[in-house]
Amino acid sequence: MTQNVQTMTHPAVVCRRLTKDFGAGENQVRVLRGVDLDVAFGEMTLLVGPSGCGKTTLLSVVAGLLNATSGAVMVLGEDASRMSGTEAVQFRRRNIGFVFQQYNLLPALTVAENAAVPLLAAGIPKKRAVAAASDLLSQLGLGERLHALPSQLSGGQQQRVALARALVHEPRLVVCDEPTSALDHETGNAVMELLTNVAVRSDRAVVVVTHDSRVFQFADRIAHMDDGRIVETQQEGRSQEPEVRMKAAAAQPSFAGVNQ
Amino acid sequence: MNFVAVQMLIGDRAKYLGLIFAVAFSTFLMSHQSTIFAGIMDRTTSQIKDVQDANIWVMDQKTQYFDEVKALTDDDVYRVRSVPGVEWAVPLFKGLPRAKAFDGNFRVVIMMGVDDASLVGAPRDMVLGSPEDLRKPDSVLVDRVGYEFFFPQQPYVLGKTLELNDRRVTIQGIFNSSAPFQNLPIFYARYSNAMTYVGRERNLLSFVLAKAQPGLSDDELCRRIDAATGLHAATGKQFGWQTIRYYIAHTGIPVNFGITIAIALVVGTIVAGQTFYIFTLENLKQFGALKAIGVTNWRITGMILLQALMVGLIGYSIGIAMTAAFFEITKGNLDLRGFVLFWQIAAGTGAVVLFIVMAASLMSIRRVLVLEPAVVFRG
Repeated sequence: MTQNVQTMTHPAVVCRRLTKDFGAGENQVRVLRGVDLDVAFGEMTLLVGPSGCGKTTLLSVVAGLLNATSGAVMVLGEDASRMSGTEAVQFRRRNIGFVFQQYNLLPALTVAENAAVPLLAAGIPKKRAVAAASDLLSQLGLGERLHALPSQLSGGQQQRVALARALVHEPRLVVCDEPTSALDHETGNAVMELLTNVAVRSDRAVVVVTHDSRVFQFADRIAHMDDGRIVETQQEGRSQEPEVRMKAAAAQPSFAGVNQ
Repeated sequence: MNFVAVQMLIGDRAKYLGLIFAVAFSTFLMSHQSTIFAGIMDRTTSQIKDVQDANIWVMDQKTQYFDEVKALTDDDVYRVRSVPGVEWAVPLFKGLPRAKAFDGNFRVVIMMGVDDASLVGAPRDMVLGSPEDLRKPDSVLVDRVGYEFFFPQQPYVLGKTLELNDRRVTIQGIFNSSAPFQNLPIFYARYSNAMTYVGRERNLLSFVLAKAQPGLSDDELCRRIDAATGLHAATGKQFGWQTIRYYIAHTGIPVNFGITIAIALVVGTIVAGQTFYIFTLENLKQFGALKAIGVTNWRITGMILLQALMVGLIGYSIGIAMTAAFFEITKGNLDLRGFVLFWQIAAGTGAVVLFIVMAASLMSIRRVLVLEPAVVFRG
């Protein structure tokens, strides 16, 4: 509870005048051109906009995968722009869950082993890690497929495994890159519903990059990007009932059973 | 994460088996060819090693190796005996007469003539008969290769006769010998008889075999003989290496084997390296995902090295087992006898295989280390 109170006192992510350049000299390209963004705990924020507007770059900077060229990035109360490479790796391992467009599951590992990878990376013994991942997968409806290989799963099932992998270590920030773009409408909706119901909690923020307008209905906040800037931020309907969401989130069982 | 590394490796069966095969093939070729080479070099010293009674070989100063000797004078035996510290010294003859069976079959043989009185230098590993039987008139001892050449598919029996330089000799013993370089039959006779079996030359003494008195080292006695007689004295081991060095320096054998071994090394490294690199490239997204999730570069390097070591260990084990099996299967063949997989070759091949897999993994490690984890967000 103490953590929840703390997290409510500041946003999960704060970006101010954020810029990001790629290349150098004549080949230098400015992809982010002064982004200001706040992402609150307990919310799902969508980053939307046309291709090439900088959504994925912004997500990478927020997730600690890329360093900003200038500006400030506070993630979970820590200055991401001042982290060394090693600190960034440790920060990601402890605090961030990733959901990728192409799932990026390891084809040789079973479903349960794939979901356990963040715990294995944190040094948790394999038996405990797989047990924790199996619990979470069961809650996500994959209890019968724990020993299957990714190639034996449908796209929606694979994305659910990826979701379990993103949540198994109980991160405080979940970043998702086009989580529904490889899925049909119905499966995409099911994945977004799961993401909303399972990932969004009062002590966690979720940031989703998408250009799929069908998933807008699941957002608490939508940040529209264009040409490297946030041009508009919309508050969506879901966040109008935060107390209900907080209670639902508080009722969620501890997924991993392993505290980082 | 070691578990993840192993699963990633064995999950792609085709590439995994390709890597194992490349390393196993390379290991087999290198260890097999090295063993053959070492065996051939070892064969050049066979007759030196087979003389177990004497430690010191005395020869002409210009003698370079065992198979080409300049004859000494008979007096040289006495000169060596007169050197302080010599316990005893005896003559040893080596020649290459032609032996003929009575069915017309003939072959050049290695004829060793040992001291009539002491029989020092006679073979000790007898199959039939005894070295003492050399004392019988016109007797020779023949090795198994010789016997089986002149009397193919016949049981080993004593008393059979052959012709040497128009003289009838009787086989009074059959022995096991170390395989000589040319795999010629080996005959032993008394020194006085052996000289009559070859064409007459003025001097026929090939070597003087000597033994140091108790308390005197072989090296010291060699120095004394060198100084006192002007001849060259060496221990059996030194003379063996002198012979090997001659063959290495003056024949194409090491170059020939060296090229084969180098090709095995290069092909093994290239095939293993290329396959491993492709394997890593195809898993680049997965490595990117692991980096994004928070797996450190050190850990990923460890994972790749573990994969490389696993491939190396399994491939090496298969390859070296194939080599060992080859020489185990062929050890009963008289023409291939004496070729054994020395532990030094097994260890050396292991070190080279370690180099191969490390070299193969270096490119892959570099590729993964420079990989931006943000790559996972690019569709």
